[in-house]
Amino acid sequence: MVNLQKREVSPLSSTTDTPTETQRDDVRDAEIARVRAALGSSVVDSLVKPNDDMWIRVSADAWRSTGETLKSLGYTYFGFISAIDWLPSPYGRGEDDPTAPPVERSSVIKQGYAGGDTRFQVIARLVQPFTTLGINIKVDVDDSLMAIDSWSQVFAGANWHERETHEMFGIGFNGHPDLRNMYLPTDFEGHPLRKDFPLLARMVKPWPGIVDVEPLPGDDSEEEGDAS
Amino acid sequence: MSLLGDRQQLAYIAAQAADARVNVELETEGMTLNIGPQHPATHGTLRIIARLDGEQVLWADPSCGYMHRGYEKLTEVRSYPQVTALVNRIDWLGSFANEVPFILAAEKLMGVEAPSRAQHIRTILFELSRIANVTLFLGDLGVQLGAVTPVFFAFRDREYVLNLIEGATGGRFHPNFDRIGGLKDDLPAGFIDETRIVMKKLRGFCDQIEDLLFGNEIFQSRTRGIGVIPKDVALQYGLSGANLRASGVDWDLRRDQKLPLAYDKVDFKVITHPDGDSFARCWVRLQEVRESTRIVDQLLDTIPAGPIMAKVPKIIKVPEGEAWVSTENPLGEMGYYVVSQGDMGPFRVKIRSASFNNISITPWLLKGVYVPDIITILASLYFILGDIDR
Amino acid sequence: MNLATLLSADLPYWAQSLLRVLGGLVAVLLPAGTVVYLFLFKMMSFMQSRLGPMEAGPQGSMQLFAEVGKWLQKEDIYPARADKFIFKLAPLIVLASTFLLVVVVPFGPDALFTNFETGVFYALAVSSVSVLGILIAGWASANKYSLLGGLRAAGQLIAYELPMVLAVVGVVIQAGTMNLQQIVVAQNAGSMFGFSSLGNPYVITQFVGFIVFMIAVQAELTQTPFDMPIAESELVSGYMTEYSGFRFLIFFIGEFATAGVFSMIASVLFLGGWAVPFSWFGWTTIDSIDNWMNIVGPLILFSKMLAVVFFIMWVRFSYPRFREDQLQKFAWKVLIPVSLANIMVTAILKVAF
Repeated sequence: MVNLQKREVSPLSSTTDTPTETQRDDVRDAEIARVRAALGSSVVDSLVKPNDDMWIRVSADAWRSTGETLKSLGYTYFGFISAIDWLPSPYGRGEDDPTAPPVERSSVIKQGYAGGDTRFQVIARLVQPFTTLGINIKVDVDDSLMAIDSWSQVFAGANWHERETHEMFGIGFNGHPDLRNMYLPTDFEGHPLRKDFPLLARMVKPWPGIVDVEPLPGDDSEEEGDAS
Repeated sequence: MSLLGDRQQLAYIAAQAADARVNVELETEGMTLNIGPQHPATHGTLRIIARLDGEQVLWADPSCGYMHRGYEKLTEVRSYPQVTALVNRIDWLGSFANEVPFILAAEKLMGVEAPSRAQHIRTILFELSRIANVTLFLGDLGVQLGAVTPVFFAFRDREYVLNLIEGATGGRFHPNFDRIGGLKDDLPAGFIDETRIVMKKLRGFCDQIEDLLFGNEIFQSRTRGIGVIPKDVALQYGLSGANLRASGVDWDLRRDQKLPLAYDKVDFKVITHPDGDSFARCWVRLQEVRESTRIVDQLLDTIPAGPIMAKVPKIIKVPEGEAWVSTENPLGEMGYYVVSQGDMGPFRVKIRSASFNNISITPWLLKGVYVPDIITILASLYFILGDIDR
Repeated sequence: MNLATLLSADLPYWAQSLLRVLGGLVAVLLPAGTVVYLFLFKMMSFMQSRLGPMEAGPQGSMQLFAEVGKWLQKEDIYPARADKFIFKLAPLIVLASTFLLVVVVPFGPDALFTNFETGVFYALAVSSVSVLGILIAGWASANKYSLLGGLRAAGQLIAYELPMVLAVVGVVIQAGTMNLQQIVVAQNAGSMFGFSSLGNPYVITQFVGFIVFMIAVQAELTQTPFDMPIAESELVSGYMTEYSGFRFLIFFIGEFATAGVFSMIASVLFLGGWAVPFSWFGWTTIDSIDNWMNIVGPLILFSKMLAVVFFIMWVRFSYPRFREDQLQKFAWKVLIPVSLANIMVTAILKVAF
């Protein structure tokens, strides 16, 4: 028998002022209110998904102070720092036929939860130990500056994460003691996780698609019939 | 001096000059030693560049990336079932555990919850992969420190667990068994009885290791007081799993988080240790294996009947949204931040792997220790290269 | 009939020397081979719940010959920046010290190579020659790991010379002589507290000395728990890292041959050597021993050696290794005071009784 339980998901709302009727998450609502109060005007946007998670977006110049404030509010466990490139990939999924004319793809940048104004966003996650209440913090990275402050003085673990984000996306971190490549050789050109950096294997040989079945070696008579 | 010829005089002067140089330059410089990437001690291709003064480390700098496979880029061009197969290979010793948080994140985005039978069996396989992973750690611990015998016992007893996993999923190392909405197949006949026997054997193995290795005075003197990590430093670096609990932080994501897995139906202890040194980390992992066997026993008693897969469309398109799920994996806290834009595959997946954070503490931790202690500390922190380098 | 006179009367000098050389080779290589096969291949595998080599010959008995053949046919390579002459010399020094050591071990009442009056002194002195070989190997390999291994070896081997010497001093006091043959006779002709059917094996009265000696031997052989110089999980092979083929074979044989020869010395000093208690056969002095003892003596010594090597190897496979500073602390702060106390107690008791 079917055992399907669909959970109501609140729409991608920007504020926490309109919880849905089915579920309220008092703990997270209270937390978001406390965080917004502590951070004041740095908070550009926030979102609570009931019984799921919290997101806030802060302005770029308040990035470091956000980290310090959240640490003092009890979010002392360092989760991760990474970035998201919201540009839709011009190469699609690497399934295009190379002989056909190039496919027109939309290059409309559409950000996710808690909105956004720029192509690149840095996202960090901090957790309150013991209660496992976590908060995701996003910040817009200005396209011309391509740099934000570093959290390595606030959370020692941010050091390596910022190195990786820098080499993968090209985002600078002001105040980082040692911003060199984490995984790639020092003379590597380009920033791999950007959407306009092609995945070379797919350029050379596109993925044939979902269904990819070769006939068995003994089925020669059938293969002649439907050569494709 | 006048009795020596010219050449002899020059040679004499040269010898005096050489002596003088040595006496001035007797201040020795440190030696830079490259540990790895090919090395019996590191669990894979980790390279540590250490500057030594005699046998003491002045500074140490791990250089990762020798096994970087570009997972996060690959996930952008794969569909969700394909990503599940990929993600198996991050922590290859406890493979099923890698799939679970990703599948849970995708299910969160779809708003689908697996049937309770599937959740239950997921938890059983999760704990089995934890046991498989940590038994190898216990054996390998001996080899790093010089005791060559426990590792053979560890591999012998781990074979039983791998046989169980193979019987249920078809793959010893890379099960690729989890699906959005449930599991691929149901358990085979005889699995439950066989698992009970194996769990008993593993408890015997834990007792053996405790006698052979942990009770040994040499082991204790090699690991006690080495590599002490205080609580606040551990939290700042994002250490997780047994490393965190060995520093006295009573936090376990199985108990302290509500996920669609069967942990709320079982009774288990969360083991911590106040010391925070290498011995504490090893000891906590040993006790966790014991607890895992008890968890599996309790789970085997209460498997609910029901379907193994929820009703999901054949070709899965996950709606827009972002989700984060992290679980208590064998190595620590592993989490996936999945960003979806309504496609057949994810838009961006950030893989937060436990070993990356665990090893980021080594530059701070390895200052001033002896060379053998580097090996002890790395062994007790326990990392898998696939987890660091993804 | 004295074997020595037999040898010197009927055979020319070159034939005697040839016999001695062959005897030396057998005395060194036979224990090495037995120790390697029996303990390294089979006993270690048994303890680790596996079978060990089974393919070469019945139950893998020909494995040693297969390995020797394998190493002999390998290419002779050495690092480009290694000091060639010293690099090639180092394994030979280590093996030479083993041969020098076996010269002084008595195998029977007349079956021995030399009969030094200061046999013990010579044996301990000559066993230190291998330290040179190890140090040279570490330095000349042009490899930082080997250097670390060589330096650790130097510190360790020199530190553990002292407990070995001091442990043996107790035996010398009790026997009253440094001649190894006389020590064997003293053990087997003597009596323990008036009870003569077991002779007077010094392992019972000198048990402290025996334990200290065995620990020091374990360290001299760089076996776990004292194998910091080799430390496989850190230094890959320590000072032996750059050696391959024939040169590694010499190190390998040297390690196990030295284990065998040290065990022979331990059985001579503590367990009664090649003899059984004289009271069993009614002998009184060494000249009254029958000639068949010249054949049986080596066999008895061999079996005692196997018993001692068993313990060395057993500890090797069970324990993790000490760190270098813990090693040194153990030698200087524990073993040396204990063996000094042993000497004092032995001397007092020897004078009193």
